[in-house]
Amino acid sequence: MSVEGVQEKAIPVPQKRGMLSWRALFYRPRGDGPLKRLLIHVALWVACLIALYPVLRVVSISLRPADRLLTTSLAIIPQDATLANYVELLFGRPGRPTPFYLWIWNSLLITLTTATIGLLLSATAAYAFSRFRFPGRNAGMIFLLSTQMFPAAMLLLPLFLMIARLGLINQYLGLVIAYSVTAIPFSIWILRGYYDTIPRDLEEAALIDGASWLQVLWYIIRPLSTPALAIVFLFNFMSSWNEYIVARIILNKKEMYTWPLGLWTFTEQYTVLWGKFAAASILVALPVTLLFLFSSRWLISGLTLGSVKE
Amino acid sequence: MGALTPEIIMRSLQQVSLAVVLTAITVLVLEVHVYLLFFRRPRSLPSALFTRAFQGVGGAFLAVLSLYLLHRIGLIADIVKASPSLSWVLLPERLWRAWTDLVPSPFSLVLLYVVLIVAAGLIYAWGEPRPSRLGLAYVLILPALIGISFLIIVPFLYEVRLAFSNMAMYTAQNPKFGLKYGIENFVKVFTGPVAKNATFFEVFMRTVLWTALNVTFHVLGGLVLALLLNRHMRLRGVYRTILVLPWAVPATITAMAWRNEFDYRYGFFNILLGRMQNFFADLAARTASTPLVFDLFQWLAQNVHPVPWRQDPKWAFISVVMTNVWLGIPFMMVVILGGLQSISREYYEAAEIDGASAWQQFRHITLPLLRPVLVPATILGTVWTFNRFEIIYLVTQGGPQEKTDILVSSLYKAVFQFYRYGFGAAFALVIFFILLLWAVFYLKVTKGLKGVYE
Repeated sequence: MSVEGVQEKAIPVPQKRGMLSWRALFYRPRGDGPLKRLLIHVALWVACLIALYPVLRVVSISLRPADRLLTTSLAIIPQDATLANYVELLFGRPGRPTPFYLWIWNSLLITLTTATIGLLLSATAAYAFSRFRFPGRNAGMIFLLSTQMFPAAMLLLPLFLMIARLGLINQYLGLVIAYSVTAIPFSIWILRGYYDTIPRDLEEAALIDGASWLQVLWYIIRPLSTPALAIVFLFNFMSSWNEYIVARIILNKKEMYTWPLGLWTFTEQYTVLWGKFAAASILVALPVTLLFLFSSRWLISGLTLGSVKE
Repeated sequence: MGALTPEIIMRSLQQVSLAVVLTAITVLVLEVHVYLLFFRRPRSLPSALFTRAFQGVGGAFLAVLSLYLLHRIGLIADIVKASPSLSWVLLPERLWRAWTDLVPSPFSLVLLYVVLIVAAGLIYAWGEPRPSRLGLAYVLILPALIGISFLIIVPFLYEVRLAFSNMAMYTAQNPKFGLKYGIENFVKVFTGPVAKNATFFEVFMRTVLWTALNVTFHVLGGLVLALLLNRHMRLRGVYRTILVLPWAVPATITAMAWRNEFDYRYGFFNILLGRMQNFFADLAARTASTPLVFDLFQWLAQNVHPVPWRQDPKWAFISVVMTNVWLGIPFMMVVILGGLQSISREYYEAAEIDGASAWQQFRHITLPLLRPVLVPATILGTVWTFNRFEIIYLVTQGGPQEKTDILVSSLYKAVFQFYRYGFGAAFALVIFFILLLWAVFYLKVTKGLKGVYE
């Protein structure tokens, strides 16, 4: 950021506050002509359109009335737009209660447990990897990175057999275990990168003042690393919240379905309930997407920190 | 399907919290004992006898317990069954049964923890502090280590054993293990069909194509967008937010949405192509008097037409690649943008003074300085794309006739649709070694290239 500040001082900016001419709209300091600036904006507009349009199509489908689901219209707001799909999803029909909240509850329960466990395990392990030079440390780091190499599909079979033999099929616990552990290596890697940037002087000072290691961890490291911890929590939350394949293998009781499994049931029926599927998608995706966009800045800094280090 | 009732909430909460609390207590007790092992030294001879005896017995019991767990999950079940001399592996089960016979249910567990905690207290009280630096590291890593070893290392070993078995749908309960089954499995991977029709090499070539296409487009698209965004301009935040959207929306949903858009009649792409065809036909009709222009529009009207996305293997493959490219660009864009922002402006200013062109600046400043970001991102991106089968599974389900399957999606089918467990394990190992070889190769090559740049 400081680099950008220097840049702004070095080149005087021909810009008046509050004056929004089209030139000001495409302002750029490094001496590009207006045509180039215009082209850049046009290119970005096109890219945004491509990024946005498929999502808007889902919104469009969710607003269609049931008899108009199949249409060759490309309009985003359909004719006779209706919220009937949302109403049915949220409040159910008489005699047919909606399973939507059940799916959300199951997903929330599994995901929050997973993210918390994953965070606790990876935060402590990452701290050890960052601060101690114990035998096996480098091998451990390389091992953690190489676990990213395992295809998820590859460990699925033994995991499935193990979970089946331990009687954890159709148990929340089976999913919690599978999710939290697959998330740990990556979390450790990111958190270690962050801990490495925290100077050791603080801890050493506290230790000299007679604090125990646990106190150092809780009162110094935890507050300082809150952003990274939030990133990792969010990352774990997102990956298990959206997970479909493992859930499909481990859960087969409808009562236990998480939302990706539940949504899929809309498409497995005799007539595909696209309207309900789309409405449910929007309802599920909206909070997660907002959360992601809101936190993406930190998520990104965490990702680059974790990958650039070493 | 039913509604969410308070009863379900209570039951599920009870199930999860009981399991979590039990696990947490067990791990904590274990942690306390590991801590004592490193940080407390017994003060007198009797305390030393007690401490070391307890720790020795405890350690041995833990080892037996781990073996017992391996037995329970089936990894070494057949070996234990075959040789009576290994029956001590079942000791934890027998002890536990005897213990629960003696003490009724909830107390049997509570009493066990009380004993363990009291023992910890005694070891602490009869000992003196011992400075240990690395002890803390092991204490901190232990929970993650237990988790990883039981859910990554053990499954991997399990996979290796399964590869040498004849385990399938009908032999799932009593699989036979042996070298001959292993050889059979590995031979089948390379000679027989991997799922139902497709052969290994066909699917492998498709996987390579899939990975290469995706990663190329991801990196190129991400690089272009990041370069466009890496400047002062209005609406930058808005652009960035919108462009991240494909990454932010859950892929389960967007993959399904894209699947819809490939419908022959009602999907977006065919509607668009149909309209373009009409448009060109219209233009051709209007320009019928001008020969060259007419020919062009005529040609366009004949060649732009709705496409059988789901039925034609070629178009089905293009449809999955399109979906995954759309999904993957934002990640690369964001990572590269982070890398670009860390490059100091001064380099460019110096280059401009020296009269370097925009391309030269890009080639000799941006690219080399982006390397530390690009190399790991590309490695990870390649591995992720190679392994990313949920998109294929959700968009085409590998169809038509397994013509869009990649290695991992065929593996998934072989295991969970055709129940070929032993074969699937061998197949998985082959995939794993391909990835490993690639990673080693790539690391060597990029290290070699590093010298060229610096």
